[in-house]
Amino acid sequence: MSERKDAVIIGGGPAGLAAAVALDNLGIHDIVILERESQLGGILRQCIHDGFGLQRFGESLSGPEYAERFISEVRRRGIEYHTDATVISLTEDRKVEAVTPSGLLGYSAKAVVLAMGCRERSRGSIMIPGERPSGVFTAGSAQAYMNLYNRMPGREAVILGSGDIGLIMARRLTLEGIRVKAVFEIQDHPNGLDRNIVQCLDDYGIPLYLRHTVTDIHGGSRLEGVTVSEVDERCVPIKGTEKLYPCDTLILSVGLRPDNGLLKDAGIAIDPRTDGAIVDEHLMTSIPGVFSSGNVLHVHDLADFVSLESEHLAASVAAYLSGGLGSGMDVSVRCGSGVGHTVPQKVVSDDGFTLSLRVRSVMRDAVISVSQGGRRIVEKKMRKANPAEMIMIDIPGGSVCPDGDLEVVAG
Amino acid sequence: MKRTLTCIICPNGCSLEVEKEGEEITVKGNLCRRGAEYAREELTAPKRTISSSMRLIGGDMEIVSVRLDRPVPKEMIFPVMDAIKSASAEAPVHIGDVLLHDVLSTGADVIATRNAERKEGR
Repeated sequence: MSERKDAVIIGGGPAGLAAAVALDNLGIHDIVILERESQLGGILRQCIHDGFGLQRFGESLSGPEYAERFISEVRRRGIEYHTDATVISLTEDRKVEAVTPSGLLGYSAKAVVLAMGCRERSRGSIMIPGERPSGVFTAGSAQAYMNLYNRMPGREAVILGSGDIGLIMARRLTLEGIRVKAVFEIQDHPNGLDRNIVQCLDDYGIPLYLRHTVTDIHGGSRLEGVTVSEVDERCVPIKGTEKLYPCDTLILSVGLRPDNGLLKDAGIAIDPRTDGAIVDEHLMTSIPGVFSSGNVLHVHDLADFVSLESEHLAASVAAYLSGGLGSGMDVSVRCGSGVGHTVPQKVVSDDGFTLSLRVRSVMRDAVISVSQGGRRIVEKKMRKANPAEMIMIDIPGGSVCPDGDLEVVAG
Repeated sequence: MKRTLTCIICPNGCSLEVEKEGEEITVKGNLCRRGAEYAREELTAPKRTISSSMRLIGGDMEIVSVRLDRPVPKEMIFPVMDAIKSASAEAPVHIGDVLLHDVLSTGADVIATRNAERKEGR
């Protein structure tokens, strides 16, 4: 049994919610949101710090408030949604199946929106050796313990990785009376936004050590300490630099990856650089009618940009449903020197779009240029380009032609 | 006196060149007006906002998330945290509800940032 829908949205976080409201605005009302958790809102529910919405609403909101702006729109418009609904399969012909406490839900969708967000990399992903005591948390799970369940993860913490969630958690732990001894970052630059270094570490006198990593974990049933070493240019620990930091809590903020399990099952082409789907400028994946936005497509720094991207996705879905989506070209977007990845990875029409990218290293007075066959399309000058910050460049409609790759270079 | 500050008002995180000569403060490198205001305040009387959680009675969860509706002097961060920790709210609570008015005479209100409905039997 499968119910027909114009669009099935997988995920009720910032991406899915913004896509749903925007689709409704565009006259696409026959839609449903499937959310795995018991409430809508996704990761925003546990992000109680402020700073959300500055771009989008011109005011500084906490995560739950930002989410509520969209959730109340979903409710007011009567957009159908199911919570506690975990999608277990997605097929090439856009059949979606979800398990819920009251049984299976099956849909046959004209369009599918992949908005499942991302997951944190864990101790296993970075292979820290040592014993296996309790007290080792990803930053997001420590955040959930504290902000949703009112449980403190420990008393004395060390943080590995300088991603934004780790920095935010350094401040959160400190405010709750937990001593944060230091933040260690294996790379030579912080991974989070500059403002978070200032307001989460500097404000509380928490030191940040670059080119350092945790090389051993000690403790029987509970963590008793970590060994930290300096690393060389190739990120290899330097012998003789080991130092022991006694602590009962290790917080890992070592990166996020798209939650792409469903994509793999459905046979959607994945970009190894982002771990998200390969999409065109309409955010359509390798399966026609299946679109993707937000952190399952590529990890963003700001929820505001996830909302924007998802609204662009909604416009594409609406055009697709009415048969008016641009096509006719097959241009690849190539990452030239200095560029880590781009979204989209290909261009199929001369519709304008926003090119998102990350640079590979910190650059001062950087120039990002987009060209095709030696013809420069856009150039963006920046005082500072930082891998921790996603860069967006508007590519005007009519500027891409059918011949030759688009090349994106940063330097 | 010359200093470089990172503006924390928005994610742009402008790098601000701040120069203080007597009472005169000049700011360069800011993309907007708020950056100059931030730099002046940071040199004279730095302020911050706080987000945390307050104990919730009779609600769907043990706590409700809260924040200040405006920044307070930096030295008030921990006293305000203590005030939030020793208070409690009773469900139902809605976004924007003032849970502590003019906390510690700072002029800032502690407001709820989540809707928490009443749940019987808790």
